[in-house]
Amino acid sequence: MNKPENNKAWFLVIPVFLIVAFSAILPLMTVVNYSVQDSFGGGVWIWVGTEWFEQILTDEGLHDALLRQLLFSFLILIIQFPLGIAIALILPIRGWGVAASLVLLALPLLVPFNVVGTIWQLFARVDIGLLGNAVNALGIEYNYTDNTVDAWITVVLMDVWHWTPLVALLCYSGLRAIPDAFYQAAKIDGASTWAIFRYIQLPKLRGVLTIALLLRFMDSFMIFTEPFVLTGGGPGNATNFLSIVLTNMAIERRDLGPAAAFSIIYFLLTLTICWMFYTAITRIGEGDRR
Amino acid sequence: MARISLDGVAHSYLPHPSEPADFALRQLDHVWEDGGAYALLGPSGCGKTTLLNVISGLIRPSRGRVLFDDADVTDQPTQSRNIAQVFQFPVIYDTMTVYDNLAFPLRNRGLGGSQVRDRVLEVAEMLELTESLNRRAKGLTADAKQKISLGRGLVRADVSAILFDEPLTVIDPHLKWQLRRKLKQIHDEYAPTMVYVTHDQNEALTFADKVVVMLDGAVLQLGTPEELFEAPSHTFVGYFIGSPGMNFLPCAPDGAGVRIDGGHVLLAPGVVDRLPAGSSDLKLGIRPQFLKLVDRPGDDTVPVSIVDTEDLGNYQLVETRVGAHTVMVKIPEGAGVPGGEAHLRFPAAWARLYADGVLVA
Repeated sequence: MNKPENNKAWFLVIPVFLIVAFSAILPLMTVVNYSVQDSFGGGVWIWVGTEWFEQILTDEGLHDALLRQLLFSFLILIIQFPLGIAIALILPIRGWGVAASLVLLALPLLVPFNVVGTIWQLFARVDIGLLGNAVNALGIEYNYTDNTVDAWITVVLMDVWHWTPLVALLCYSGLRAIPDAFYQAAKIDGASTWAIFRYIQLPKLRGVLTIALLLRFMDSFMIFTEPFVLTGGGPGNATNFLSIVLTNMAIERRDLGPAAAFSIIYFLLTLTICWMFYTAITRIGEGDRR
Repeated sequence: MARISLDGVAHSYLPHPSEPADFALRQLDHVWEDGGAYALLGPSGCGKTTLLNVISGLIRPSRGRVLFDDADVTDQPTQSRNIAQVFQFPVIYDTMTVYDNLAFPLRNRGLGGSQVRDRVLEVAEMLELTESLNRRAKGLTADAKQKISLGRGLVRADVSAILFDEPLTVIDPHLKWQLRRKLKQIHDEYAPTMVYVTHDQNEALTFADKVVVMLDGAVLQLGTPEELFEAPSHTFVGYFIGSPGMNFLPCAPDGAGVRIDGGHVLLAPGVVDRLPAGSSDLKLGIRPQFLKLVDRPGDDTVPVSIVDTEDLGNYQLVETRVGAHTVMVKIPEGAGVPGGEAHLRFPAAWARLYADGVLVA
């Protein structure tokens, strides 16, 4: 079949191309530029090859930060997912309770990140904070500013408070999308509540759970504002996450070369782990044919 | 297995029903005999599915009691009623194999080992699913999925009844016929009580020993396919069953028969005498296949004009006009159709009289 040639169609692609160029490609190329050069100002650039990358990859402080980051993401995922699913399961299905609980649940999501940090900073203080005071009054020693474990508990608690609602809301919408017939059939088949969860609800939630997992992993892996406001990375380096380290490097110390190399590695790492998650979940869904 | 009785059952989806129109299911007393094969027939929205869900316990009726044999199960949840139900659209457990899907209702009731295995293999054999037993149920066709749904309904040997809610809607026509025959075989072999909801009269008439015709939440007639066909108790039943439906002509009593627009029709002896007093809306009803088209007028004929003839392959459908009314006549393939003017014989044995929509028997 003869298709008419009309290259004017390319003009339709130009706007998208320009937007992507300015929003993604150009900034990324700038970072790539910085990562392979050194500058002493005055427009003098020196090619350094992989030197920055080698420096970043062998930096032990960064290895610690990475392990910290992985531990943090692991902790919040392992708490937020069961909790979010459980909340979604017990939320009301009809009546006025639906709107009320959804609004209540969505509130933490509407709070700006730095405000979240500030709220918890105040809330957990041992002198004037309600939480800090109350915990100490119970006879449990708690001070997030000088105890590593306390600082971690507070940061994790804050993230759970802030983001579990997202998981719960996604799961809730996923649960509502399951046709009634499945529940009816399960009743006929004499399925227990657990069996209904295991064989109907969980499989049907796979799609939203994948999205929630990717979102929550990416956000937690790149977390910056809340711990920065709450602990500033302390006590010591105890809650110094990758983004905080990166910001220090780029803004405080103006080490643009290493920071650029770090950014690229950080980006690739996030991408790789997301891809691993995605592939693993898809496998669970499609695979294990006997 | 059990006899299932509905005692004054009525159901409304509204919280405070007052008028009859508020009820999806109007007050109903009905007994499903043990081992019967019933079809529940009616147009969409007539309450068939509601009635089925009342029996299985997915819905608790607003009024009345449901009895299995003599035990009142009205307040018992579905799980403890020991009933199987197959839905219109296939419900399968995606993550399980076909085998596990079929075994699910048995395992949930604490059966195990060879008991489960034997039943699953038997049902799979019955539904020709043996080949795919070890496959995951997810990637199968809609047909196969619905067979799995059917299989889960049939796998429990001891159920009180198996309820089918238009189970063959999503199935290919040729397979539909095959599965329907299969269900019939299963019934003949094991004689479980079966209730089969459908809006397809062929399905109802071929499947069931007894057909229940419903309209607007009420049961109009319960009878064998023959009874429904030959003596519909209500004009709706006559109209709904048969293709085309029964002919209805307004009429007035006249001697031993009735006068219709353009002629006189004799009825079976005594029918006119049984006409209830004060009935106003009288109709003569007769099936298209019982009418005879003849060339010459006789004592029992009415003159008609022929409007159109349609050849439907194995029979001809003749549209005729009696006075101001259209009457359809079914005649055998190849029989000559007189042109223009003709005469229609109304055999008294098949002519029915309806007063206010109800059969005068």
